[in-house]
Amino acid sequence: MNNSSEEAAATAAVATPAGTGQSGTVVRSTVIRRLFKNPLGIAAMGILLVISLLALLAPVLAPFDQNYANIAKTLAAPDSVNVLGTDSAGRDVWSRLLFGAQLTLLSALLCAGVAIVIGLPAGLIAGYYAGKFEAGSNWVVSILMSLPGLIVLLTIRAAFGPSVWISMIAFGILISPSYFRLTRTAVQSVRNELYVDAARVSGLSDLSIIARHIFSVVRAPIIIQTAAIAGVAIAIQSGLEFLGLGDPTKATWGVMLSEGFKNVYLNPTLLFWPALAMALTIGGLVLLGNALRDALEDGEKIKHRRKAAVPSAGTTPAPSTARPSRKSVAAVDAGTEHHLVKVTNLGVGYPQADGSIKKVVDDVSFHVDRGEILGIVGESGSGKSQTAFSILGLLPDNARIVAGSIQFDGNYTVAPGDERVSQERLSKLRGKRISYIPQEPMSNLDPAFTIGYQLVTPMMRVLGISKEEARTRALKLLTDVGIVNPKRTFDAYPHEVSGGMAQRVLIAGAISCEPDLVIADEPTTALDVTVQADVLDLIRDLQKRLNIGVILVTHNFGVVADLCDRVVVMQNGRLVEEGPVRGILRNPQETYTRTLLGSMLEGREPMTTLVSSTSQGAAS
Amino acid sequence: MTATVTSGSTPAAGEHTDLLRVDNLIVEYPGKGFRAKPFRALTDINITIGQGETLGLVGESGSGKTTLGRAVLGLAPVTAGRITFDGKDISHASRKDRRTLSRDLQVVFQDPYTSLNPALEIGDILAEPLAVQGKPPAEARARVRELLDQVGLPSDAIHRLPREFSGGQRQRVAIARALALSPKLIVCDEPVSALDLSTQARVLDLFLQIQRDTGVSYLFVSHDLDVVRHISHRVAVMYHGEIVEQGPADVVTRDPEHPYTQRLLLASPVPDPDRQEQRRADRHRLLELQRQQHEQAGVLA
Repeated sequence: MNNSSEEAAATAAVATPAGTGQSGTVVRSTVIRRLFKNPLGIAAMGILLVISLLALLAPVLAPFDQNYANIAKTLAAPDSVNVLGTDSAGRDVWSRLLFGAQLTLLSALLCAGVAIVIGLPAGLIAGYYAGKFEAGSNWVVSILMSLPGLIVLLTIRAAFGPSVWISMIAFGILISPSYFRLTRTAVQSVRNELYVDAARVSGLSDLSIIARHIFSVVRAPIIIQTAAIAGVAIAIQSGLEFLGLGDPTKATWGVMLSEGFKNVYLNPTLLFWPALAMALTIGGLVLLGNALRDALEDGEKIKHRRKAAVPSAGTTPAPSTARPSRKSVAAVDAGTEHHLVKVTNLGVGYPQADGSIKKVVDDVSFHVDRGEILGIVGESGSGKSQTAFSILGLLPDNARIVAGSIQFDGNYTVAPGDERVSQERLSKLRGKRISYIPQEPMSNLDPAFTIGYQLVTPMMRVLGISKEEARTRALKLLTDVGIVNPKRTFDAYPHEVSGGMAQRVLIAGAISCEPDLVIADEPTTALDVTVQADVLDLIRDLQKRLNIGVILVTHNFGVVADLCDRVVVMQNGRLVEEGPVRGILRNPQETYTRTLLGSMLEGREPMTTLVSSTSQGAAS
Repeated sequence: MTATVTSGSTPAAGEHTDLLRVDNLIVEYPGKGFRAKPFRALTDINITIGQGETLGLVGESGSGKTTLGRAVLGLAPVTAGRITFDGKDISHASRKDRRTLSRDLQVVFQDPYTSLNPALEIGDILAEPLAVQGKPPAEARARVRELLDQVGLPSDAIHRLPREFSGGQRQRVAIARALALSPKLIVCDEPVSALDLSTQARVLDLFLQIQRDTGVSYLFVSHDLDVVRHISHRVAVMYHGEIVEQGPADVVTRDPEHPYTQRLLLASPVPDPDRQEQRRADRHRLLELQRQQHEQAGVLA
């Protein structure tokens, strides 16, 4: 094997998680572990387990048969024989509660079962094959969902008699669309995933693709849904029985509730016990569903909450309270005011769950002058975008400036000792003096508004000009960025223009308020090569004409060679090398820069090994 | 331009030398909506790939290069024309035929993040194609270990999930899956586009190494002329659903004939400021020249 350095990275990457969770290889096991860490989840599971056990052991535990009536002892208070007393017919409440649990839980399961048996396969088929089956089943589903459920149940009761089972089967059918829709949506979202295509290429039959690759996606939502549906089924069933439509020969919680309600003035506890049992069961099911959902959501929420809590505990909260009172920001170091942007020993970090701070940018310093293009080059994860975002003040909320300062045009935007980028100072600059060209042109234009609207509105806000003026200006800008028919583009919606055109529009937006500094984050990565060349030409022309400073974040040395005056090379959050573009590209001093340049294909003999000939010696 | 006029006349000779042969292929997708006109993704495609050969397919987004790869794999509808693989017509192969075919014809997709099922362990992912072919589990496990070694991943990767690996490592897993059945042809759909520069270099090395070791053929789809030049024996250039130029790699990628390929070549920037300035000037000159030619053609017509 001749790929030692990635190899090393591979083993390193594999080795680190190995220490924390060697066994954490199967998703399900970690979900269950997370479920057990959630107190609500444990409580819900405990309650449901106890109730199920009681129901299961009802014939053993119950002192009396469910319908054994002692006429001599009606509406009795609890004593040693009837621990919860008796009802109006002299039947033992405790025994009836236990047998009622059996019937209630079983019928709820039946309902969920019927719904799953109908909804799940139908949803899988409709989602996977789409087409006619989907259209047909959607039609059926719409009919089912528009039926008034309670009236249907009442009709069925009238036709088939007061059987719990029949009414629950009917309710299962009525509620099956919820499974159908859930499954169909989940399947649709993975139907076109590449791994499904790969399975097709492997010759897997549709059935095994569904079983292996698709079913795993719906498994978790189905479990959650079932917890909710079972709760609803118990409520509906008890509701029907409470109305007196239940089977009086069978003890269920609903029948007991109805019975208790009739005697509420004589013995209110008759109402209390079945109500308590139902509340516990339904509540347990709902909480279990919630706990499952939390466990499945990758613990993201929990992490977030912790992250917010850590900084106040771990670091000193004092500066944040002191800072607002400080009226003027400290003056920058003398002799550096002329730099448009100066970043000094910048460090950016993210607080981790264990209280430590993970640095993504560490000790980075550079400056940009007016009329200069600085390239920041690095691979993914090198911290180049994070550096650019800290100048823009667009870091995520939980990010911390852990060291250093940033100054713009002779004033600090991040003063030494600041923990965050001052939004107060930056919001006056952003969009007006500092602007931004993003990587993905399409996702940075709002599809709901015309391009013209999206250009005009910021100009009216920032420059305070009238709508007419802004419109004239926008049309001129569109001409400036090389759009042949500016009027048509002005009136177009983002989806009506190509990616290259959208990037031109965004560049027009970036220069619309006459900025001093433009930060371009991989501005051509998403574009075709021929379009990239045009966009690079455009950026170069505009930069020359407007004499602005540009920070160009990129991974492409060709783009650097095309545009930049100076280059900063970053790796793992650190600045590796800085210098004029010719020096860096032709005579790199650092091993890493040489490795990167050595990976370029341009000028290499085709079909030769790339890595071994250049960086192999250095890497190993 | 293309040397595939002989289709049908000398089948024996052609089919013996060519592993894959695509004749006059047309792919159309049904239009959206009632009675909409179908969308033509590919028009009159003719390509061949020999044993142990790499055909690079280059073009920009929407040029149809990915569709051509998918048509060969049976993932895009063949409207007209013929795809012959190893002497058999596979234009409309059934799922059962595909299962047999998957032994010899495999794929590596662009996005290493969505081409591996996130819920399956690497070992299961690699064993899947083996299981489809009815390999006993013990044999499959041994083969999986062999594959991991071949693509340079540690053998304890078997019990890990895709998300524990970086992009480059995932792409190695995808390559290992494609190699599992020792195929004759692998369709590589932009397999290095989502990777960092240094990772890209290592993965390209791996592709070349595998070809040297196993004699596999590649249909290598990429938008990057440099990548295609590096890995291909022959190159076909696609533009608007058609192949506008094809030939030996260094002829097409260094001295192209078609105006589009010329534009493509000069648009890709070189990592040296002065040479890039030169190339930029060349490009502007070329664009001007082509514009004039276009106008003249317009006047003549």
